[in-house]
Amino acid sequence: MPTAAAAGADGTPPPVASHADRAEQLGRELDRLRDEIVAARGPDDARYIRTVIAVQRGCEAGGRLALAVSLFPPAWAAGTALLAVAKTLENMELGHNILHGQWDWLGDPAVHSTTWEWDFAAPADAWKRTHNHLHHTYTNVVGRDRDLGYTILRMSPDQPWRPAHLLQPLYTALLAPVFEWGIALYDLEAEAVAQGRKSVRAFVRDASGVTRKAVRQAAKDYVLFPLLAGPSALPCLLGTLTANGARNIWAHTVIFCGHFPGDVQTFTEDQLDGETRGEWYLRQIQGSANIEGGPLLHLLTGNLSHQIEHHLFPDLPSNRYAQMAPRVREICDRYGLPYVTGPLWRQYASMWSRVLRHALP
Amino acid sequence: MSVRPWLSPGALRPGTRATLTALSWLTSPLTPDDYLGLIDPLWSARHPAGRVSAVRREAPGAATLVIRPGRGWNGHRAGQYLPLGVEIDGVRHWRTYSITSPPGRSPGGGPGGEITVTVKARRDGRVSPHLVHRTAPGSVLRLGPAQGEFVLPRPLPGRLLFVTAGSGVTPVVGMLRTLARHGGAAPDTLLLHSAPSPDECLFHAELAALESRLPWLSVRLTYTRTEGRLTTERIGELCPDWHRRETWACGPSGLLDMAEGHWAAAGVREQLRVERFHLAPVRAPRADAVGGRVRFDRSAVEADAAAASPLLAVGESAGVPMPHGCRRGLCFGCLVPLLDGRVRDLRNGELRGEPGELIQTCVNGAAGPLVLDL
Repeated sequence: MPTAAAAGADGTPPPVASHADRAEQLGRELDRLRDEIVAARGPDDARYIRTVIAVQRGCEAGGRLALAVSLFPPAWAAGTALLAVAKTLENMELGHNILHGQWDWLGDPAVHSTTWEWDFAAPADAWKRTHNHLHHTYTNVVGRDRDLGYTILRMSPDQPWRPAHLLQPLYTALLAPVFEWGIALYDLEAEAVAQGRKSVRAFVRDASGVTRKAVRQAAKDYVLFPLLAGPSALPCLLGTLTANGARNIWAHTVIFCGHFPGDVQTFTEDQLDGETRGEWYLRQIQGSANIEGGPLLHLLTGNLSHQIEHHLFPDLPSNRYAQMAPRVREICDRYGLPYVTGPLWRQYASMWSRVLRHALP
Repeated sequence: MSVRPWLSPGALRPGTRATLTALSWLTSPLTPDDYLGLIDPLWSARHPAGRVSAVRREAPGAATLVIRPGRGWNGHRAGQYLPLGVEIDGVRHWRTYSITSPPGRSPGGGPGGEITVTVKARRDGRVSPHLVHRTAPGSVLRLGPAQGEFVLPRPLPGRLLFVTAGSGVTPVVGMLRTLARHGGAAPDTLLLHSAPSPDECLFHAELAALESRLPWLSVRLTYTRTEGRLTTERIGELCPDWHRRETWACGPSGLLDMAEGHWAAAGVREQLRVERFHLAPVRAPRADAVGGRVRFDRSAVEADAAAASPLLAVGESAGVPMPHGCRRGLCFGCLVPLLDGRVRDLRNGELRGEPGELIQTCVNGAAGPLVLDL
């Protein structure tokens, strides 16, 4: 990654130390920050995650109850809003982060990466492989990180252009409201079967896992709860659809803003050869983007608004990212590294301009 | 962070089972328990818990905890042990303790009633001092399912012998209380127990009371500070027909090794059941510990591990099929339960390891000999 290390932010000439030395020095600084947070984890963090869990379940129960009587319009509005909040918290601050192993240190089987299952079409196990393993190891490496365009979008000039990419603004927009179903299909890695990297047997096993999960998810949201709502069945169904759609659009927005705003870099497979821990850190910084905002925004994004910190330390508790962010930013400044951040609207616009730009050859 | 306790299926009475299954379609992917447990942890069957109803001092540094188990409790057999999940500074630690209460029955006929464990505070321990000195009535503890095969068979044999030392007497007290509860006829029973001194003998008064009340029970105590350890000769003196009795032995490994050798030499090894207490966390490795021998328990493979080698690499080069993922400590795809010993986090040198703890094999190396459940 010589580009970023070659010149300081203000265009000053590169320091005398070699790229490799500076990357190692950077790695040691970030490791020290990591150790500091690991040592500081304690009862307050435990209380934080348990509070979020309780709030999420409260919102979910309240939302379902309100939607059961949603012929009454204020109940529809309240129920839909509560359910959307519950689903968002469950997906991002709880599911995503717990499945990362961020809370394994609690030793609590109820909040653990090996036992948690989430309210999302993709089964936790399949998602942990494509996300925790493939995406977080090969972040933004063209040809290795399948999250770079999710196998259907072209997000970098290094990806070969195909005529189908002309339609990518359309299918990016269509993907957003059904994002969880897109992820469930994506996690099956059908293209890996075609390329011989995955056996047909494994594909069938994974596909039946997704089907089982998807049936339960759809039955609960779109059949059982509406039936229980009796005369309110239709508004209940529409409220649930709205809540799921809102959660999906929100998750899509946050995730696309985390890696695709304009200044975020992509990498080639050559750069993986002999990559050191310091260079891996460097790639995570250059391949991620933050969203600026208040504590509520951070909570509702599952702290993925601190995408840079998350990519540097995917297994540290999410509630600590806000505390780490100024430190990481200061380190980036000192090393002349980009720290891509901005308000949601700007990151969102920038992400879209990239989708549009790469639709063309 | 033990895996074994949380593989519990949990107890569900048939009547409530159907209702909960129906409800679970509505709470999917969670269970109704996950919501009930937020109101009262004792209502969760998925993550069984119990509330401490009393703490009784037994001896200096030892206490009996009386625990009222919640809905998830499946009951136990006399002599079994109980994994307890104790939260200290936000982190739940799992330790196992022998159950000293007879199997209980709830009014409905299912498992229930209170369970007791007797805990001795270890000077260098973290969990046992917390349980003995800093646990007040009302505290909630997570419960694993009762485990262990160190139990009385059915039907009971004609003559029983118990050989115990120190806190090894606790599972046997559970068995004696169970035998005593049935009243009437019980097998001819002899307990040979060693303790440092009368003051430090757990259940001293109770054992005396039981012996005077129960015609079929004899208790012979050995005080090691004045009389020395129990020897094979002394077993022969105290219990001339030891080789004709079904025997249960529990205590430090020195005692158990001695018993196993002695019984085997007499050709009656199959009459002896032993229970070993695993006290792994107290064996702190030296700061300069250089790797160690790794046993992959289920694969029956052993390999030497250098201090700087990740356990994942050690297993793979020994031909063990190791779960793996990113190989950089990111993805948690390589978690394996540690059965015994300690590991060192190769990223920061931190030592850790508790029996049953799930460890990332790609970023941990051996700190002394250890056993993996793989």
